[in-house]
Amino acid sequence: MSDSILVRAGRPYGQEPVDIVIDGDRIAAIAEVGTATADRVLDAQGCVVLPGLVDLHTHLREPGREHAETIESGSRAAALGGFTCVHAMANTSPVADTAGVVEQVWRRGIECGLVDVRPVGAVTVGLEGRQMAELGAMASSAAAVRVFSDDGLCVHDPLLMRRALEYVKAFDGVIAQHAQDPRLTEGAQMNESELSGRLGLAGWPAVAEESIIARDVLLAAHTGSRLHVCHVSTAGSVEVIRWAKSRGMPVTAEATPHHLLLTEELVSTFDPVYKVNPPLRRRADVEALRAAVLDGTIDIIATDHAPHPREDKDCEWAAAAMGMLGLETALGIAAQVVTRDEHTRGDGEPSTDWQAIAQLMSVAPARIGRVADQGQPIEPGSIANLAIWDPSVEMTVSGERLASRSGNTPYAGFTLPGAVRHVLFRGRPSVVDGGLA
Amino acid sequence: MIGRHLLSAQDLTSADAVRILDTAGELATVTDRSVKKLPTLRGRTVVTLFFEDSTRTRISFELAAKRLSADVINFAAKGSSLSKGESLKDTALTLEAMGADAVIIRHGASGAPYRLANAGWIQGSVINAGDGTHEHPTQALLDAFTLRNHLRAGSGDLAGARVAIVGDILHSRVARSNVALLRTLGAQVTVVAPPTLLPYGVDTWPCDVGYDIDDVLPHVDAVMMLRVQAERMAGSYFPNELEYSRRYGLDSRRMALMPAEAIVLHPGPMNRGVEISAEVADSPRAVVVEQVTNGVHVRMAVLYLLLGGGPEELMVEGADR
Amino acid sequence: MPERTVLDASDVRRAVRRMSHEILESAKGVDDLVILGIPTRGVYLARRIAAAIQEIEEIDAIDGHGVPCGSLDITLYRDDLRLREVRALEPTSIPPEGIDGRVVVLVDDVLYSGRTIRAALDALADVGRPAAVRLAVLVDRGHRELPIRPDFIGKNLPTSQSETVHVHLTECDDDDSVTIAQVSQ
Repeated sequence: MSDSILVRAGRPYGQEPVDIVIDGDRIAAIAEVGTATADRVLDAQGCVVLPGLVDLHTHLREPGREHAETIESGSRAAALGGFTCVHAMANTSPVADTAGVVEQVWRRGIECGLVDVRPVGAVTVGLEGRQMAELGAMASSAAAVRVFSDDGLCVHDPLLMRRALEYVKAFDGVIAQHAQDPRLTEGAQMNESELSGRLGLAGWPAVAEESIIARDVLLAAHTGSRLHVCHVSTAGSVEVIRWAKSRGMPVTAEATPHHLLLTEELVSTFDPVYKVNPPLRRRADVEALRAAVLDGTIDIIATDHAPHPREDKDCEWAAAAMGMLGLETALGIAAQVVTRDEHTRGDGEPSTDWQAIAQLMSVAPARIGRVADQGQPIEPGSIANLAIWDPSVEMTVSGERLASRSGNTPYAGFTLPGAVRHVLFRGRPSVVDGGLA
Repeated sequence: MIGRHLLSAQDLTSADAVRILDTAGELATVTDRSVKKLPTLRGRTVVTLFFEDSTRTRISFELAAKRLSADVINFAAKGSSLSKGESLKDTALTLEAMGADAVIIRHGASGAPYRLANAGWIQGSVINAGDGTHEHPTQALLDAFTLRNHLRAGSGDLAGARVAIVGDILHSRVARSNVALLRTLGAQVTVVAPPTLLPYGVDTWPCDVGYDIDDVLPHVDAVMMLRVQAERMAGSYFPNELEYSRRYGLDSRRMALMPAEAIVLHPGPMNRGVEISAEVADSPRAVVVEQVTNGVHVRMAVLYLLLGGGPEELMVEGADR
Repeated sequence: MPERTVLDASDVRRAVRRMSHEILESAKGVDDLVILGIPTRGVYLARRIAAAIQEIEEIDAIDGHGVPCGSLDITLYRDDLRLREVRALEPTSIPPEGIDGRVVVLVDDVLYSGRTIRAALDALADVGRPAAVRLAVLVDRGHRELPIRPDFIGKNLPTSQSETVHVHLTECDDDDSVTIAQVSQ
């Protein structure tokens, strides 16, 4: 189909409304409202237009755990969430530690055709933390892997982490570390705190995250390599990263929507929908992460979308799997959290900083992942990956109605301040009027 | 009264706790005779669902239910979801289909009774017989009952009583329930342990904390010794049993430091020679056997108070006839 | 709703005294007698009856030869437990002599449907085997639902089921009296 498309009266980055004309896979023109024409019109009156969202941290579960999610169901969930690109983590079965597996995932993503699926390559063979995987082969493959991570597990051995950081410089790769010292967190179930002491659940101390980050930023500085820190969850981690950046160290960092909103108090219900790794932390940690997102210490918001089948959550806490869904609710939560006090809405509430969100959820993740076609500015000549958000409708979250194959969302019953109306993926509509095109 | 379930000692108000203890006291009187059976829960079905081995606690609950004429089913659920046995949910649905009025659950995972009570799988009452390292409310109740009999002539609360709890507080559900319940009843509690066996944040608990048992013992009305497990040495919590016993074990020398009327409690089973010496365990100041007897009466009281009244649907207005 | 007094303080005292004489006469003395009151007010009445008997027979209760007197809580034996929220237990205190082979006199304030006494008989059966069980009540208001009849009655008081009968005793109320009130249905 090569009809031209007009996105009518949308507000790029929340600013003044314009008409956007898309031809082929690019933005052809940006015009005054009411002056442009095209073969097909998508009404975006009152909506915010953002560059298509880019998730640097998603679990699509395929190959190996298709009962939880597949590349297709995950792509649907991503598109409905406003994403046009997701990085699929390597902890599949088989692990994505060879060119063969990453190319399989990449091709499947193309077949589904709803988002760019960028496979993440494992750092170590089988995620076992002992031997470096074929990082070069994965980088040279058709999947062109640039992000490498053992996420789910920590690259614990300092020598191995050093070697991996050095090795990926050859192809402008980045190591994304899941910072969790395994010896300090054996059998851990929740944040280590007064609450864990009272509830009798083994604690996951903040120092187990902070000590690994501290080590890794020093290694990255020493080797001159890029380091990315996954799902930062504590105030102490924020301070380490802030210090590292002030020293010019090459580190980027992400925070998840749930770590920007939810606290460990929810664990006292013993409902495993709140069980996640890293765990929900204290209010002070949530506040520190929010401030870090606003001041740039945290570079991106990434979902860590982690689907699990019902039987892995419908049980006692200790037996439950760790992880929460995130793709379809991320933008709604970001809209509540990424705000600027000096812009207030009519009702006195601080209003969403859409420029910052575009940076946090599209531009910066595309840059870190070296995805040239994503996170481009909304201007003529850019590839047309666009997310169109309607702030006037409210969306109440329900586990069954999400497109993900699993239902483990901690936000069941929450009302989000808006919904995705349309999404354009490489110039073609993937989502129209809130539903898959 | 105390609600539909008994999941945690922290949920009990002072009035609730005293009511349970008073009821246990009456039941103790009433069953102190040759016919120990009461017809009160006849026709009700009580299930013991024990995922962890514990013959003593299970028998205590079984006896309590049978003395009230309830039917008892013992479900020895060896598998947990982790060991690929039938899942907690499926087990619960099976019990519900059998018409269990109450499920008494002991499980290795903290919070399992909450899932059972709140997931909507069963209609009956849930009694927590010990969940992971979280709580063991009926143990705390029988300990409070024992303390009340000795220190307060069997009535009222425990205001002003001084109790020390010594041992692996970190991994002890008995300690957590006892600290909460004793405090609710007005007692003054001190926990004593090496720093490695104290939970993170114990300084926020409603009790004092001490590392030195010899400093604490002269100032208590009762000491509760907790079992220390050999597996803890593998986690480097303390070097070996000998050092633990030397620094924290209750032997005759230490018992002599306590005030003359002070008593010794232990939830059992005891590691004679580790946390408690054989002489102390067999001395008249150790009330361990009484705790076991009291356990049955307290559990009868809990069963009566949870199941002895009507479900909303059956209740009628108006005065008694 | 207006309450009317059907027995005043002196009526109550005379009734207790008369019942105590009748109990003594029927038992031909105090040997083997055990008085058990049903909580709450039955217990106070039982104590008054035991004291009255001791006075009539000129028994010196202090050296341990008093009439054995105690309480029998019937809550655990009720047939209507499930019709209400769970009830608190009342004290049970059986005198050390026990009840085996003795004449037990159950004492309650008001006899109505008879179910309380039925429960008391079941409770007694689990305590021991009395030679005989007699029933003393201050007020019999009729409307029996079971074949239970009192042996010693303070006052026969025919009532309608829309009325309630209250016994007041100074041990726990303002005065000694029996009142009837209409309950609006």
